[in-house]
Amino acid sequence: MAVKDATLAPAREPILRLRGVTKTFGAVSALSDIDLDVHAGEVVALVGDNGAGKSTLIKILAGVFQPTSGTIEFMGRPVSIDSPSAALTLGISTVFQDLSLCENLDVVANLFLGQELSPWALDEVQMEVRAWQLLGELAARIPSVREPIASLSGGQRQTVAIARSLLLEPKIVMLDEPTAALGVAQTAEVLNLIERLRDRGYGVILISHNMDNVRAVSDRIAVLRLGRNNGTFTADATREQIVAAIMGADDNVAARRDAIERTRAQQ
Amino acid sequence: MSMKPDTPKPAYDRADARVRADNGLSGAARAFVDRIRSGDLGILPVVVGLILISLVFTALNPVFLLPNNLVNLLFDAAAVGFISLGIVMVLLLGEIDLSVGSMSGLASALVGVLWVNMGLPLPLALLAALSAGAMMGAAYATLLNRFTMPSFVSTLSGLLALLGMQLYILGPTGSINLPYASFLVRFGQILIMPDWASYALALVPGLGILWFGFRQMKARAAANLSYTSASVVLVKAGAVTVALEGAVAYLNLGRGVPFMFVVFVLCVAAMQYALTRTKWGRSMFAVGGNIEAARRSGIKVKRIRLTAFMLGSSLAALGGVFSAARLATASQQAGTGDVNLNAIAAAVIGGTSLFGGRGSAWAALLGVLVIQSISNGLTLLNLSSSLRYMITGAVLAIAVIIDSLARQSRASHGRA
Repeated sequence: MAVKDATLAPAREPILRLRGVTKTFGAVSALSDIDLDVHAGEVVALVGDNGAGKSTLIKILAGVFQPTSGTIEFMGRPVSIDSPSAALTLGISTVFQDLSLCENLDVVANLFLGQELSPWALDEVQMEVRAWQLLGELAARIPSVREPIASLSGGQRQTVAIARSLLLEPKIVMLDEPTAALGVAQTAEVLNLIERLRDRGYGVILISHNMDNVRAVSDRIAVLRLGRNNGTFTADATREQIVAAIMGADDNVAARRDAIERTRAQQ
Repeated sequence: MSMKPDTPKPAYDRADARVRADNGLSGAARAFVDRIRSGDLGILPVVVGLILISLVFTALNPVFLLPNNLVNLLFDAAAVGFISLGIVMVLLLGEIDLSVGSMSGLASALVGVLWVNMGLPLPLALLAALSAGAMMGAAYATLLNRFTMPSFVSTLSGLLALLGMQLYILGPTGSINLPYASFLVRFGQILIMPDWASYALALVPGLGILWFGFRQMKARAAANLSYTSASVVLVKAGAVTVALEGAVAYLNLGRGVPFMFVVFVLCVAAMQYALTRTKWGRSMFAVGGNIEAARRSGIKVKRIRLTAFMLGSSLAALGGVFSAARLATASQQAGTGDVNLNAIAAAVIGGTSLFGGRGSAWAALLGVLVIQSISNGLTLLNLSSSLRYMITGAVLAIAVIIDSLARQSRASHGRA
């Protein structure tokens, strides 16, 4: 069901509410008048073609860019996110596409990087216990937390990166293309993780190009097109509806192919 | 938590059935063999190398293994060791400092000029030399941080500039003799630990292993994590103590354990603690491993670089002062020739990666023992310096080859 606003959402107060967020780089407006709501225990997918403004929006929320205009409300009060650390203290953590892990360090060291317990005599025991607890919350399958990251598979690395984003007990977790580099089994593993994040009451913002993954785990799908909201969908929207919103027209190759496939499947 | 008494909750890190539980002595031995096989060689190549070197040189000239020759070797090792320890700090970030030789030369010249020629008190002259090192390190770090000037280039120009400064302040005479009766020269040439003190000191590492081992066992057991069994800790402590006491007893057959070497070992231990047990050390490894990840985790990358380069150059300056003490002279030749390469080679031979993020303070100690043994053995054979340079160069090449092979093996076994 395409509805041209951001209000297709549970009636509760959202954790994060964006209204009229605009970002211009010189003469180019990367984002204009964006509205977005994220609730606790909800997965909101952010989809759009290249250049639609997804990354710009993520970077605004992560404190990398400042919006040119518009308001960001967090837990009901207006905030300005002027640095990455400000985003973290508010409770917005980001898992970047390249994961930002140090391959030469073990899982515990990576989870606590920059947040080590007792800086002058590292408390390895407490950090290891907390690491197991975090991974346990995600029901993650990491055999050992004392192995360097280099020895982990892609899915396990993604798990570590997600677990690290939970260390500071955020309200909102943003995942940038978490399944882009993963195989089938590992993708399923990460999608399970996202479900668990939702079940534990986090608000999740998911960026992905993979429509099947997006429709599998998202409660709502917000489409960006050329820097503007182009419809919000529920998970039961059809693939071609979403693709059409992304492409900006009902008549294009991808939508037609989808339609043909669907008629074939129905026959 | 209601838990049946007959089903103990598995430790956090033993809950996954895929992880083999290596318990007790046999488990520790099995884990050790696994690690070596996967290419995580640790100090094994160095130990094997030292044994080979001793066998070869002793066969060629039995003097090599005499206690007094080893005492001399340790005196020499301490001076180069400090420079090498500084190099380790810079290498851990994946940077390089090619000017450590010139820095050590300049530091020895500064001490000579300020202390002997100008009559300043020795501590003040030492302080000046160390500050010169710290300032130079800060300059390199600033060039890298502000102007993204690669450390390879900045320290290469530093090499020349510092050498020029050394020649300038030494003036036309070219060398300054340090007074033989002074503390500094006695420290560099004859000060030896009393027998009882050296035996007592050799007990400390073993006791340390026991103390930390049992404390860690208790903490991990209390936190429901697996822990190494008491027998492993006891065997480790026993082996270390026997080896060290044996070495000390052998050295005490000659002159004994040099104070200068003990100071060096204490510095290495302190740096090892800082690298592995503090937030600063963890940040050093993170910056060396993935600088962007470190920055995003809130690590102040520029500050870490500043501390690493300052430590590197200051330790090089200290090494230079100790070299001057060893030779009782501050000369134009100090810090030139193979000093640079020996210090860097020692760090690499000890297992510090040239690519950053891998290494330890022990690398400086172990590597410098190898380098100094070779240099000492070749001197005993009365070989010309041309041959010595060639052989040292070959050893460095072999060390790097072993490191590369081990890295490939680690990569294929899925280890960093």
